[in-house]
Amino acid sequence: MSTQSMTNQDAHAHGHEHDDHEHHDPVATKVFGFWIYIMSDCVLFASIFATYAVLGTNYAGGPTSHELFELPFVLVETFVLLASSFMIGLATLAMNKGNKQGTMLWLALTLMLGAVFVGLEIYEFHHFIAEGAGPQRSAFLSSFFTLVGTHGLHVTSGCIWAIVLLIQIATKGLTDMNRSRLMCLSLFWHFLHIIWICVFTIVYLTGAI
Amino acid sequence: MSNQQQSQESHEHGSIKSYTTGLILSIILTIIPFGLVMTGALSGVATLAIIMIMAVVQIVVQVVYFLHLNEGSGPRWNMISLWFTILIVAIVVVGSLWIMFHLNHNLMVGM
Repeated sequence: MSTQSMTNQDAHAHGHEHDDHEHHDPVATKVFGFWIYIMSDCVLFASIFATYAVLGTNYAGGPTSHELFELPFVLVETFVLLASSFMIGLATLAMNKGNKQGTMLWLALTLMLGAVFVGLEIYEFHHFIAEGAGPQRSAFLSSFFTLVGTHGLHVTSGCIWAIVLLIQIATKGLTDMNRSRLMCLSLFWHFLHIIWICVFTIVYLTGAI
Repeated sequence: MSNQQQSQESHEHGSIKSYTTGLILSIILTIIPFGLVMTGALSGVATLAIIMIMAVVQIVVQVVYFLHLNEGSGPRWNMISLWFTILIVAIVVVGSLWIMFHLNHNLMVGM
């Protein structure tokens, strides 16, 4: 990923100092720094997943995962997030071609699908709580709400980030600053979908077997 | 110079093709585990094993086709930090399950 933005910068700077760019390119350094943040976020999610794996079957006489989870609904959520992950990929491709309108269009679609995903998750949480299956009901539900809620919060912050970035691109264009921001956001978004793969496998599918 | 950059760019920039490949593979790798669980075609243990394998394969697909971590040259610190993170994640998850399983087991015996 860092090599992508390096080539961008090169194209901009007409390729001067071609050999040295790996150590002096601020965009590559930024994207790599963001990558380190994502890796630390992985460790955060790992500890929440471990908690869920330990507590996930302690129903305390309350509703079980079989009774609560509706797989068709989760499948829709999954495809919405997958589609948004694909859209932000298209946004970075448009950016690499210097296509400002295209970048903004794909980024707006990513944002829309991300918002739909958050909406579906809020609907699901509301549905569970209305059925008396709130986070205070059992250890299973506490760890479920923590895990899925943390993922949902990440997607929400990604949506806010996308809104801010759309405004920045609209007013300032595809500057180097905005390019590195979009590269970081696309890393973040793909990462969120990878976490969701773990969520639907370990939480929803395993819980419904 | 510009020619070299061009070829470098088309090689490294994922391109529409790599994103589409990733998307199609991800759709297949999502439908198979959901289908298996929803139809209940196989036994519990077999289903569990298959959905776990599908998840790992889909994560690798996304890392290769969406994140393009396997491309590029240089010191590749992002790859090194990824492997380090995988190690830490494995220790946290496996370690927690191992310890808590034994605690549970010992308490059950005590009762």
